[in-house]
Amino acid sequence: MSAEAALEKPRALEVGRIRYAQQDPASVRWGLTLTAVAVVGVLVVIPVVNIFVEALRDGVAVYWANLFDDPDTRDSIFLTLTVVPIAVAANIIFGITAAWAIARFSFPGRTLLTALIDLPFSVSPVVAGLMFVLIFGLQGYFGPFLRRDGYAVMPYLTSLLGVAVLILLFFLFRPAAPNARRDLWNHPWLAVLVGGATSFGVLFFLQQHFEVWPRNQSLKIIFATPGLVLATAFVTFPFVARELIPVMEAIGPEEELAAISLGANGWQVFWRVTVPNIKWGLVYGIILCNARAVGEFGAVYVVSGHIAGQTDTMPLRIEKLFQEYNLPGAFAVASVLTLLALLTLVAKIKLERKPPSAASLPEPKTDEARP
Amino acid sequence: MSILIKNVSKTFGNFVAVDNVSVEVPDGALLGLLGPSGSGKTTLLRIIAGLELADSGSVLHQQEDITHHSPRDRKVGFVFQHYALFRHMTVYENIAFGLRVKPRAERPPEAEIAKRVKELLDLVQLSWFAHRYPTQLSGGQRQRVALARALAVEPRVLLLDEPFGALDAQVRKELRRWLRRLHGELHITSLFVTHDQDEALEVADQIVIMNKGKVEQTGTVQEVYERPATAFAYSFLGAVNRFAGRVEGHSLRIGNDRVPLAQPAIADGEEVIAFARPHELEIVSETAPEGLAVKVNRVLISGATARVELKGLIGAKGLAEPQHFEVELTRDRLNDLGLKAGQHVRLIASRLRVFPSGR
Repeated sequence: MSAEAALEKPRALEVGRIRYAQQDPASVRWGLTLTAVAVVGVLVVIPVVNIFVEALRDGVAVYWANLFDDPDTRDSIFLTLTVVPIAVAANIIFGITAAWAIARFSFPGRTLLTALIDLPFSVSPVVAGLMFVLIFGLQGYFGPFLRRDGYAVMPYLTSLLGVAVLILLFFLFRPAAPNARRDLWNHPWLAVLVGGATSFGVLFFLQQHFEVWPRNQSLKIIFATPGLVLATAFVTFPFVARELIPVMEAIGPEEELAAISLGANGWQVFWRVTVPNIKWGLVYGIILCNARAVGEFGAVYVVSGHIAGQTDTMPLRIEKLFQEYNLPGAFAVASVLTLLALLTLVAKIKLERKPPSAASLPEPKTDEARP
Repeated sequence: MSILIKNVSKTFGNFVAVDNVSVEVPDGALLGLLGPSGSGKTTLLRIIAGLELADSGSVLHQQEDITHHSPRDRKVGFVFQHYALFRHMTVYENIAFGLRVKPRAERPPEAEIAKRVKELLDLVQLSWFAHRYPTQLSGGQRQRVALARALAVEPRVLLLDEPFGALDAQVRKELRRWLRRLHGELHITSLFVTHDQDEALEVADQIVIMNKGKVEQTGTVQEVYERPATAFAYSFLGAVNRFAGRVEGHSLRIGNDRVPLAQPAIADGEEVIAFARPHELEIVSETAPEGLAVKVNRVLISGATARVELKGLIGAKGLAEPQHFEVELTRDRLNDLGLKAGQHVRLIASRLRVFPSGR
């Protein structure tokens, strides 16, 4: 035996002993693993596989017919594809704004805002739906008004939106150097007031003389698409913001300050520094938000009114088909929802595997600087 | 004067961060803002950069009032303690950032950006790292990239906020020398903040010592070290021994002991605090008529000099614990004295700076 081998042996023994000390007996290991696999199999794998088996029981042709030859089912798919993007888009805007405000500034009510963001998680979706019915429904606060002359709110709504855009534009285009600012540029409040009054006046004039929006007609929110969007957006409210707040807090304001000191304006800081840094958190939040929005049942159930072909989203359609004993139809729609869920899951796993630093590595743009 | 800070104040809630501070930075100088943490030096730097707004007072640059200018108009380069490099951009893109975000009319063409970035990379000796990401660099390299990035926009003033604070001692020392040399080449008016007195003494031409939001002393490195204006300035710069006592004629009375005062004393009978550097103290035998009675704690020999740690025999005024002193002397002197731990001796000072107590 060589000296090296003699040295090698005790080390190998030691490794073996350390491993042994860290491991439970085989019976425990296998027992626990099998239990876990059995539970997941019975509760998750078999039902999911069963959905596809049931949906495809009578062949692909019937499956296809179940999905696209029934006009109500087809409409429900289109309705979901309309409602979900709007709700998700609204929550992306809200989520970034809220996360930015909470992570970067301290203001009165900051803690309250943080708590309120979580509210939709703790409120039962059915209660959330009921809430909207109580506000916008026929017997609700705004119901009678919306029914009598609903579109009268549109000039107000659009001019409010106009003021928001004006404020944004004001700060984006204001000359940076104070000595270059003249007149209204020096008075943000006055400028917003003047701009707001102007847009309000213009919109009312248009409504008064050209009837941009119909008069004396009811504007349906409950039992219509706007209600579905509101309910879906409310329920998925926290996803993007919840995902972004810790990311933004971890990154800190220093890179943004550095960008400002290098001469970047707010717009450039946001697109060139903030967005690339929060990109993966944002995508993750959108995926979760989307998954929940597509499958939302409770809140949507209350505000929908189940008008076939008009306010039935996919989950509602599944329930209706099931109640009508149209099991192949129900399973066909369910399989589409399940497929969406599986795709979301795959996307989520892909994102989690990707290390953030490597994920955000773009290709080098220029080669001149390479020595 | 290149930069003039006039009566600037800033409070955060109840905390006064900067209290009526006025500082002048001459053109092309490298000025060190020195002070303990919480002394308002970083806040002052951020006010100059426009990252923080002063409650009152004004900031002037070449006689132009820039107090209310946005950071982008000040043409100020800012280097952060923790680098604040854009983590999703390469070193090249980091340095090019300032040029790329310029208004369209002022934005240089791509070829010129590439040329400028290459120059800067050469300047900070990082030409090989152009396409690395910040996470792939060491701390010292990152800070050099941050400096190159700040210099890319040709700032009129360079502000460095504890630039070497997050680095280890070896790299720190190297970068200090390097910054000094860089400043010698570029002559850009610079201000840097540090709580490390050695760093300030080594790098800066001029030093401003801040404490509790106020300026304690301004002057050249030599002046500040040799003639500290206040008790705080004295105790903050370099190793120091502190004596609290009362002036009695030509000596300082501490308990029952007297330490002779070389220079004419302030008012007779006044309570004072006196300071002496370790090399300004002398050890004499226990039987000497004058001197503070102390006990030898430890003798540390390093090279040609030795340091002796001593412990006061009586508690200092207001302190239950006995005070500690440190004396630096030559090996020869140490051998003459033949000091041993536990031995009782007396301390006298060849030079003692006296400040009225309560300041």
